[in-house]
Amino acid sequence: MNKICPSLEEAVAGISDGMSVMIGGFGGAGAPIELIHALVDRYKKTGSPANITVINNNAGNGAVGIAAMIYAGMVAKMVCSFPRSSDPKAFTDRYLAGEIGLELVPQGTLAERIRAGGAGIPAFYTPSSYGTDVADGKPVAEFDGKHYVMERWLKADVAIIKAETADRKGNLTYRKAARNFSPLMAMAATTTIVQATRIVEPGQIDPEQVITPGIFVNQIVEVPNPAQEEALLREETK
Amino acid sequence: MSAKLTNAQIAWRAAQDLPDGAYVNLGIGFPEMIAKFKPEGREVTYHTENGILDFGEAPPAGEEDWDLINAGKKAVTLNPGAAFFHHADSFAMVRGGHLDVAVLGAYEIAENGDLANWSTGPGSVPAVGGAMDLVHGAKQVWVVTDHVTKKGQPKLVERCSLPLTGVGCVTRIYTSLAVIDVVDKRFVLRDKLPGMSLEELQAVTGAKLHIDGDVADLNVPEV
Repeated sequence: MNKICPSLEEAVAGISDGMSVMIGGFGGAGAPIELIHALVDRYKKTGSPANITVINNNAGNGAVGIAAMIYAGMVAKMVCSFPRSSDPKAFTDRYLAGEIGLELVPQGTLAERIRAGGAGIPAFYTPSSYGTDVADGKPVAEFDGKHYVMERWLKADVAIIKAETADRKGNLTYRKAARNFSPLMAMAATTTIVQATRIVEPGQIDPEQVITPGIFVNQIVEVPNPAQEEALLREETK
Repeated sequence: MSAKLTNAQIAWRAAQDLPDGAYVNLGIGFPEMIAKFKPEGREVTYHTENGILDFGEAPPAGEEDWDLINAGKKAVTLNPGAAFFHHADSFAMVRGGHLDVAVLGAYEIAENGDLANWSTGPGSVPAVGGAMDLVHGAKQVWVVTDHVTKKGQPKLVERCSLPLTGVGCVTRIYTSLAVIDVVDKRFVLRDKLPGMSLEELQAVTGAKLHIDGDVADLNVPEV
């Protein structure tokens, strides 16, 4: 078993028009910048993949990462909890012009929908959003005297995530709070593509330390010294 | 009318009520100030939605690690005993009733505990983040806020007019003029500025203030 892919281009080659793509990260922490830009570069060269639905907590910041996808014109819709950032112009302008869709999902509901998607649970009840506009049209039920809103699982064609260490079997560790949504997304996507800062031999990751077991991972590409979105933004604005 | 408390003073007052040993989530912005005023000798563990328990102060400029941030995307540090976890576990801590206190800001709070703090209505980009989750599950949900809007309208009202974040969720409100509990769908006054009469306070409050026991003077140092 060898899930290692030799290049970023090959890693994202299977992503096609109209796909839903989960992208790991919370703001800059965990954002797989090199994989995202491999996708943007391919779109700029070939016009594909277009009409992508992006699932992430946010909707881009500045002009790198998800914001670069939006500026390139390849994103049809965002599924996120917080489409604001220090520089949300890429998304805001297109959203207010009606050029990009938005499904707003409370952050905990977003996480749990993705987890449910990966865990084979088609729907669940949560107290979050009960009695609010976000719950409009969703089934409500009472359990032990409290009201809950039914939410459906969320799956995707592809997840692209960033890990700290990987082995060829796909076992992953993450760095600090860069973990956030990535272990959930790895479970919920048909194909999970990982950029890892370091690839090691199987056995070199202590099984006690594995956060995402390799069964959830399809392809790994090594990106030593990955760019950090927040650091790039700060460079841009200097 | 007497002077009102600054945001820092409101945060100071709220901090005096942080229970020793509590797990606490402070919302982005104003609520984050509360950490600065935690009374000496109390141990409080802070939770951030993006997957850290027991983070500490911001690092010195130039020493930021951007994989180590809070929900407001600000760089933080770790205290000894900190833990990382993924988002589903993070919100299990929230919804599952494991947090002792969550503190949020507000546009409006209704006497029945309804909170509106995420949307000022159509025409802008809606963004909810973790607020709709945070208002459910924490044992206490506190709000820190000015008592009135910038235009002088009451923020404490009979029914919210703005889109709700959650129904019946707020337990205590720290304002620039008073401390108020939500009890059985009523505002119950706990503290008020000493220079202010009950009538003056009621005049800038959009729902009836109930008295149930002593009303303490809201004495806050310059901070």
